[in-house]
Formats: sequence, C-alpha cells, structure tokens
Amino acid sequence: MMRLELVKRTQKSRLMSVLSPVIAVALTVVFAGIIFAAQGHSPLTGIWYFFLEPITSLWGVEQLITKATPLVIIALGLSVCYLSNNWNIGAEGQLTIGAIAGSILPILFPDFVSPVVLPLMLLMAMAGGALFALIPAKLKTIFGTNEILTSLMLVYCSNLFLDWMVRGPWRSPQGYNFPITIDFHEWAVLNAVDVGGIYINLSAPIALLLVIVLAVVMRSTLKGFEIRVLGQSPRAGSFAGFSNRRMTAFAFALSGALAGLAGMMVVMSEIGKLQPVISPGYGFTAIIVAFLGRLNPVGILIAGLVIASSYLGGEAIQTSLQMSSKLATVIQGVLLFFVLAADTLILYKVRLVTAREGEGAHA
Amino acid sequence: MLEAIILTIITAATPLLLAAIGELVVEKSGVLNLGVEGMMVMGAVAGFAVTISTGSPLLGIVGGAIAGMLVSLIFAFVTLTLVANQVASGLALTLFGLGLSGLMGESFVGQPGIKLQSLDVPGLTSLPFVGKILFGQDILVYLSFAAVFAVSWFLNRTRAGLILRAVGDNHTSAHALGYSVIGVRYLAVIFGGAMAGLGGAYLSVAYTPLWVENMTAGRGWIALALVVFASWMPWRAAIGAYLFGAVTVLQFHAQALGLGFPSQFLAMLPYLATVIVLVAISGNRRATLFNTPASLGKSFVPDR
Amino acid sequence: MGDGTGDSTGKMLRRVGGDTPLLEVRHVTKRFGSFTANDGVSLKIMPGEIHALLGENGAGKSTLVKIIYGSLQPNSGAILWKGQPVTVGSPAEARSLGVGMVFQHFSLFEALTVAENIALALPNCRATAELAETIARVSTNYGLPLDPKAHIADLSVGERQRVEIVRCLLQNPELIIMDEPTSVLTPQEADQLFVTLRRLAEEGCAILYISHRLEEVRALCHHATIMRRAKVVAETDPANETVNTLAQLMVGNEISRVTREKGKLGPEAILLKGLTQISQEAFGVSLQNVNLSVRAGEIVAIAGIAGNGQKELFDALSGEEPLDKEDMVIFAGEAAGLMDINERRLLGAAFVPEERLGHGAVPALKLSENVVLTRHGTGEGIARRGFTRFGKAGRIVETVTSLFDVRKGVVDPEARSLSGGNLQKFVVGREVERTPRILIVAQPTWGVDAGAAAVIRQSLIDLSRKGAAILVISQDLDEIFEIADRIAVMSRGYLSKAEDADTLTPEKVGLLMAGGAEKKGAAAA
Repeated sequence: MMRLELVKRTQKSRLMSVLSPVIAVALTVVFAGIIFAAQGHSPLTGIWYFFLEPITSLWGVEQLITKATPLVIIALGLSVCYLSNNWNIGAEGQLTIGAIAGSILPILFPDFVSPVVLPLMLLMAMAGGALFALIPAKLKTIFGTNEILTSLMLVYCSNLFLDWMVRGPWRSPQGYNFPITIDFHEWAVLNAVDVGGIYINLSAPIALLLVIVLAVVMRSTLKGFEIRVLGQSPRAGSFAGFSNRRMTAFAFALSGALAGLAGMMVVMSEIGKLQPVISPGYGFTAIIVAFLGRLNPVGILIAGLVIASSYLGGEAIQTSLQMSSKLATVIQGVLLFFVLAADTLILYKVRLVTAREGEGAHA
Repeated sequence: MLEAIILTIITAATPLLLAAIGELVVEKSGVLNLGVEGMMVMGAVAGFAVTISTGSPLLGIVGGAIAGMLVSLIFAFVTLTLVANQVASGLALTLFGLGLSGLMGESFVGQPGIKLQSLDVPGLTSLPFVGKILFGQDILVYLSFAAVFAVSWFLNRTRAGLILRAVGDNHTSAHALGYSVIGVRYLAVIFGGAMAGLGGAYLSVAYTPLWVENMTAGRGWIALALVVFASWMPWRAAIGAYLFGAVTVLQFHAQALGLGFPSQFLAMLPYLATVIVLVAISGNRRATLFNTPASLGKSFVPDR
Repeated sequence: MGDGTGDSTGKMLRRVGGDTPLLEVRHVTKRFGSFTANDGVSLKIMPGEIHALLGENGAGKSTLVKIIYGSLQPNSGAILWKGQPVTVGSPAEARSLGVGMVFQHFSLFEALTVAENIALALPNCRATAELAETIARVSTNYGLPLDPKAHIADLSVGERQRVEIVRCLLQNPELIIMDEPTSVLTPQEADQLFVTLRRLAEEGCAILYISHRLEEVRALCHHATIMRRAKVVAETDPANETVNTLAQLMVGNEISRVTREKGKLGPEAILLKGLTQISQEAFGVSLQNVNLSVRAGEIVAIAGIAGNGQKELFDALSGEEPLDKEDMVIFAGEAAGLMDINERRLLGAAFVPEERLGHGAVPALKLSENVVLTRHGTGEGIARRGFTRFGKAGRIVETVTSLFDVRKGVVDPEARSLSGGNLQKFVVGREVERTPRILIVAQPTWGVDAGAAAVIRQSLIDLSRKGAAILVISQDLDEIFEIADRIAVMSRGYLSKAEDADTLTPEKVGLLMAGGAEKKGAAAA
C-alpha cells in the first residue's frame, strides 16, 4: 500500500513560496476544465470564458478593478490579523457597522454639503469599523474567548442592525416605504473618473496606496517584525518586549477600520445610500483573498484581481454557456483548498512510500 | 400552547445537537474543524436531492450523512495528511460547501420535498401533552439523543474512546506509545462529517422539507460554539443545544406577540446569547484548562 | 551520592541469567534524509544485565532505542530477540515481545488518570477497578507508590516517572529501556531508583540504561556500550574504568576542561529583596520571599528540580511577569520591579531563557531576525525610528558565529535548522556579545553536546571575570559545581541562602532540593 510521507525541510523553500500559488491556480484551472467537460462543454471554451474573457474588454477591466478594490482593502487588514494569530472572521460585520457610522453625516445632516464631508465619512467609517472589531478583541484579551466565534456572531447582529436602521429610524420618507435611506448628496458619493478609457474612483488608488504602505511596514519596520513574531511565537514576542494583548487590539482595530473603509467606499460609489444588503459577502471573500495572497500585501493585490475575475467569470459562463454563476463560489473554495494544500510544499518535501520502507505504527 | 413551544424547541435544537456531538468527538481527538457549516449545508442539499429522486426521506438522510462524510474527507486529507493550517482549512471547507451546495441545489429551489415521517405509536403518541413530545418525533430526534448516550459511553467506557482522548490530550505521547494519531483523527473527522450531514439533512427533510440556498443560516457556527459551551462533555452539549433552541424559538414568539421590541433585535438574541455564553465559559480558567483537549488545532507530523 | 554507589568494585554486580543474548542489535543503520543517526550500530544485552548506553547529546542513543522499541524502523540491519531475528514493527509489538520503555520525556497524558495512562500501554485494557488494585499493589511493592485515580497533571515529576516505570512493570518485561531517568530526580530519588533497578535485575529483568552521567553508570551498570556520532566506539565494563576514561571514550579528543579562577568582586549588581509573587496559573508555583544578592564578577547558581518556581523566578527577573513592588528586583542599583524587559535591558541586563525554540528564538525566523528580537530595544540602533536594520543585525550574527563557533549551513539560516548545541551557542552568544553588566540564564546547556556545553560555560565564566554579575538557574549539578562561585537552592518557591560552592557538596545540595530549602528559606526571611 502506498502512503504519502512528509519530510520536514530545514529551511522554508524559497522556490516553493513563489511556485505554490501558481500551482494552486493551475490545479484550479484544471479542476474547472473538468467541471466544464462534465457539463458537456469544451474545457478550453469554459476556461476561456471563465478566466480570460472578462478581462478582454475595457468594461471588464473596469469591473475587475471595482470588485477587486474592496477585497484588497479588507484582505490587507485581515492579513495583519492572521499573521499575528488573531482570527478575525467578522470583517463583513465590521464593514457594515463602518458603513453605518460613516453614513451618519449624509443621513442625519443632509444639508451639510461640503467637500469636507467626504474625508469625514471615511474617517468615521474607519472609526466605526475599528470600534466594532474591538469587541471580539477585548473579549479575547480579557476573557480568553475564542475570537472566531465571537467575531462571526457579531456579523449576524450587524446585518440585523442595518436592516432595522433602514426600515426604521433611517428609512427615507420619500422612499415609498422601501427599506432605503435618503440618497447621499454630491459630496457623499465617489464619482468615477475616466482614466485611459476606464472609469475608476478614489477607492482604487487608496487601495494601491494601502498595499504599498503595508508592504513597507511588514518588511522594514519594527511593527511589521512585531506582527510576525507574535503570530509565530507569543512567548518569544513577550521576550522581545512585545505585548500580545496590545497586538490583538491593534490587529482587530486595523482590520475593522479597513473593512469599514471598504464598506463605506462601496456604498459611496455603487449605491449612494444605505439599504439592507450593501455587500455581496466581500468580508468573507476577502478571507480567501488574504490566504491566496499568502498574507503578503503584493500577493493580496494579485489575489484580489484573481478572485474578482472569478466573479466576472461566473457571470460570463452564465451568459455565454448558460451555466450557473454559482460555479464561481465553488471555484473560489476549491482554489483556497489548493492553495492550502500547495503550501505544504513550502515546509515539507512530499514522498510516496511503500508500506515496508516506512513503518507501520498502528493502534 | 406550551406543548407547541416545546415541539418547536425540539426541532430547533436537533440539528444543532447532531452537528455539535459530531464536532465534539472531532475536537476531543485534537482536531479543530471549522467547516461544520459547510458540511451541514452539503448534508441539507444532498438529503433533499436524494429524497426527491428516490422518494424516500430515510434514504435522503442517509444521503445527507454520506455527503457530510465526503466533504469532511477533503478537510481530513488537507489537514491531517498535508498538515495544512486547520483554521484556514475549516474556513475553506465552509466556503466550498456553501458554494457547492448552492450550485447543486439550484435546480431544486422551489420544489416541494417529502417530509420525514414522525413516529406514531398507537396509544402512546396520543397521550395528552407528553404523547407527541416523547413519542411523536422523527427518527433523527431520537438519534440525536442516542448519539449523546453513545458518544458519552464511547469516550468514557471503551478502550477506543480512551485512545481517542489520549490522542487529543498529547499526540506526541500517543504516537510514542504506538497509536496511529492520523488514523484516529481521520475516523473522528469522518464521524463529525456524518453527524453534521445528518444535522443538515434534518433541516431539508424533516424540518421544512424544501431547499433554500444557505439554509443552515449559521447553525454550523452555533454548533461549534456549543461544543465550547459543553466543555467537550456530551450531556452538556445536549443542554446547550436545547437552551439555544429555546432562545431561538422564544424570540420568534416574542416577535409574534408584538412586545414592542424591533424584530431585528429579538432576532439577534440567539447570536448575542452565544457570545455571552462563550464569555462565561472561558472565564473559568481552570475548568477550561482541564477539559480542553490539549493538542486541539495543533498540527502533527510523525517522525519516521 | 548516597549509600551503595561509591565504590563499585566492592559490590558484587553479578548477573542472573543464561548465555544467549536477550537482545542483539546487528549493524543497524538509520538515516533521516541526509543525516545519519545510527551508522552500523551493534549491541548485545544479556538476560538480567544492567547495560549502559553511553554517549553525549546527539550521539544517536535515542534513535537506537526508538528502533529497539519499534517507534522507528531501521534502514538496514537486524534485531535478534533471544537468538531469533525479529521485526519490531511498532511499540505494541515490542511490548508483546517483552520490551518496556521509560521515556526521557514522559509519554503521559495530563488530563487522564494514572490508571488510564497505564491502561493505554497495556494491550486490550481499560481502566477498571481491577487494574487500579493491581497498580496500587505493584507500585507499593516496588517502592514506588501511586494513587490510580490521581490525574497526571497533579503529580510531581518524580511521581510521573513512577507511572512510567509501573506502566512498564505491569507488562512483565524482560528488558526495560530507561532513557536518562535521573535527569529529573534529586540525588536521593535517584538512589531509590537504583535500588528498584537492582532488584529488577536480580529478578532476571535486563535493563538498557541510557545516560551521560558517568558516576551513575559506574555505580549501577554491568556493561556499557559507548556511542559517538552515530557509531559504537567502545564497549567496556564500567567497574574497570574511571570517570575520566569513560569521558574520554565518550567524547573522543580532549574537550578543553572549563577553567575557573576566583574573580575580583565588584559592587552588588543584582539584588532580590523579599521577592514574592502569587502565581495566577493553574499549575504555577508562587515565589515566597526570595532574597539574593549577586555582585559583579561572580556567578551565582540556583539549583533545583524543574517545577519549583524557576520559571516564575526567571519571568519575574526578566520582566515578563510584572511584580507588585518596584524594589523587589534591583538591577545595578535601580529599582526594576515595575520595568518591562527592554527597560531592564537598557539597565545592562541580558537574559537567556530555558526554551531556546519558541522563547529564546523564533524557529522559523532567520538568525539576523532573531538578533533583532532581543536587541531592538537596547539602544544600539538595531531599530531606528521604527525601521529595522537587518544589515546591522546580520553583522552581529557573524560576530557571534565566529566568537562561539556556531556551525550553520548558510550565512543566515532559520533558527530551527541549527542543531541544539549550535542554536544554544547562538542564543547565549547573542546576549554575551553585548557584554552586559547582568546576565540571567536558565538551563544554559540543556540538551547540548559536550563541546558546545564547554564553550558556553567558559563564556559565562569569562564574562563574569570581565565584571558581569551572572545568575544561572540549572538542574545540572555537575554544571553548577563547575562554574558557580556560590550556590542557592530553589524548592517550592523558596530560595535557600546562597553559600560558597567550596563549602557545599552534591549531597547537601540534594537535601536542600528535596525540601530543605523551604525551611531554610522561610527561616532566612
């Protein structure tokens, strides 16, 4: 009988660190091809429509950037959390509360129309997201409560809260009883600007800036060092003088702020008001983006584009091949599995052994 | 009225209990599988699909269990054989399960299902009040309690259960003594998958026999919280599932009563209750230390 | 070391049993990737023989023994049991042959009871009342009493070892393998163990005794096989050797002995005044009114078995556990009790914790990054205005490498790729290179080969003679007597008064370790 055996490498394999996401994507493409074939389509046609066709038009590129931007911003924050061993699963909720916090100005003070509203909204959204994220953080540092479960429970609460706000206190009197708020005024929205044929708004350059800032921080600053150390060896971290508690608060607050920022900008650019559903699950998809990008800022940028393209791909195969667009979510899940599996190659060499050569420890 | 409330509490608690008991065994062996939601929803869609195609709800729930087991195998392979990070892999399983179930279930949306039959014992079931509650449930309800019994007996009174607890306590020692850590964990994970699948199948075959995308609505996550609440003890899991079921049902009734609280806040109650319970449990440091399987979530690679 | 161990030639170490070897290992080789742990190793154990397997850390003893016990399979070679070739495919098979093993790092389960732990090692067994009764009877019979219902987590280290031994005995073994059994015992407990082992040998049970403690081996064992760097280099009767000849065989070329002359004492650099800290941990030890003074130029050692407050003391000194009052710890005249670790480093203190991987260094980070770990806050410019300067750290890695002869494959490897001895040299060297005024080090040579151990110990002595005050916490009495000027003993959170090393003997220290320290410590308060 054959068995898979892992032999630990003495050092992380640099080659595999770069190759593993590539292997993962390649395997996913093959998997997708098989699915297309199983549904009676030519695998190559399916792959073309899913992975490549969306980016062949200017409109496609625009959509790609639009969808990738919130994913990248949120994933950057999540990467800081995951690198420091803080498992924030509640970005979707932090996004929602952030958007609500940032919408206070245009909704409660609709006559305050001034350029300063825009940055203020962004700042308030960041503050709202950060404060909401501090709840699971504090529960973890004070009570030792598992942050995965608490941050997730709060997502459900925040969605219900938004629902109540737009149906209740913040419902627009001119809305014909639809669960929406009043429309945001001109300084409370993000207008798209024509850049070489594609229309993008302020959120894209902000995302790019954040990528650069985080890349510098993680590589070259003591803070980035602190994040990595505390995530790998908490005891070594306190030996270095770093505080695990303060890092938990910092990581959650940062990712909450970024989630709030992303949420606010989505509302400001795509919706222009508040309504019960403001995000198609960006907070959860960003988790995949973070892992696919191997928790590295530049990797996250690329991963965000890849995942965004998979959304477009889903729509493309629906239109052109009459296949379900839900295949996109399946492919995202499969991609994440392949990424995790391929990552093993970085730390271990994999060998197939026959039973005799190895050993047979049994119960 | 009270009878009706109790009946709904049972239906609310049963899927939670089934999934929680499965995950309890998994965690007792040292593995943290966050993919319960994904396994449950796969069980729900498979259960519905098999029921409709075969016409038998019983085959349907078996199909649900098998679906749960199959997806749990993916998780087991990635985390136990390839030693990937368990938290990330569990999340991957959830996302994958939600996506795949949505895809598979697309053609079933809106179709009426076939409800799992409830027991009807002549004489007993028609007893006032206790009749339906004790003798009028479907097989999965009884199975959930049988599972609590069986798991408790298994863990505390059998050698195999002792080995499983040892693996969860210290996988290095278990390996040194010659036990197959990976083998035990594979079995535990598959069991957890089957139970989660059953829990999901309950929703689509016994609870409301239809399929809706994401119909588990977070119950898998609640089940995970329940395992912590139970301090990995089977009977406490049952208590937790029923307490949670009660909170869920009562908030519906409170909404119906028009007590003046916005319905959304009442709907938040189960989730807030989970948070509060988690905080209360983690506060007791010594008990947590003692009951938490010490190798929970840690990767294991045997030296050869 | 207590009675019956001094002059071995006087005692009749006669063997019980026949002439066919009970266990024979022939030319066994085991490789892990490119690393050869056992190279053509051969060994013979006769029935009823106490057979020592000698070698320093890293010689291959543990690997050989795991092969005999079935946890590992050899790449080539044969094992014969009572003259017949066998394959020991698993520990269960070894147990059914009649081989039992008492591990160095106990294979016990904290949350389970003594009875459950023992049941797990017996075939087809559950923790029944019958088993409990057997455990109580057998354990008392052999002088190692145990309560079957106790949870392992509540037992002391010596009691845990008893569980390991009784677990073996209940399987009626013909060969018991003991891996460094006395490393966690007081001298008196070790004597009690020897009584038990001699009795077992007289009853016909052979013992494979792994150790690097030469005095013990001379006192206890009939025969010895000596390993060095994966090969067997000698076989001898320990009774016919001296400690020095055994050491020579074990280590090969002359390892420079550590030289220590009395140093010149400067002003007081470390002062612990009434240091009291109630432990918040479930199984922690509270520090009780600890008083100690260390002057510049001297090395003070704190002896004691692990689990008596050493970890808590180290954390209180390093600042990782905050204290109630600032003057409980005074470094170079400054009250440091409320300072964090980097503030203490700025006062001139340096620290080397017991656990090199996971505490002293981050395993997956490079050596240069591990330099930043403890030296970013020392005012040397390793971190400036928030930015880390890995180049500077890299140069420190080179300095430490050459000063301490750290063997590493590449210029800047990950910490975990270094061998135990080399990593320990790096971790100690990283602090010593700063020439700190104060150095606090726990278990400086735990699990380290003799060559690296000598380098480390000499560096501590040299540092103190340059004017540093050094506090060493160690379980190794040999080491303590080699380097310390004064010795104190830690027991259950109490510290005895530090006395001149010249006035102490291992016996006296052993008594304090076994409980005298609390009385002395309480009296000194």
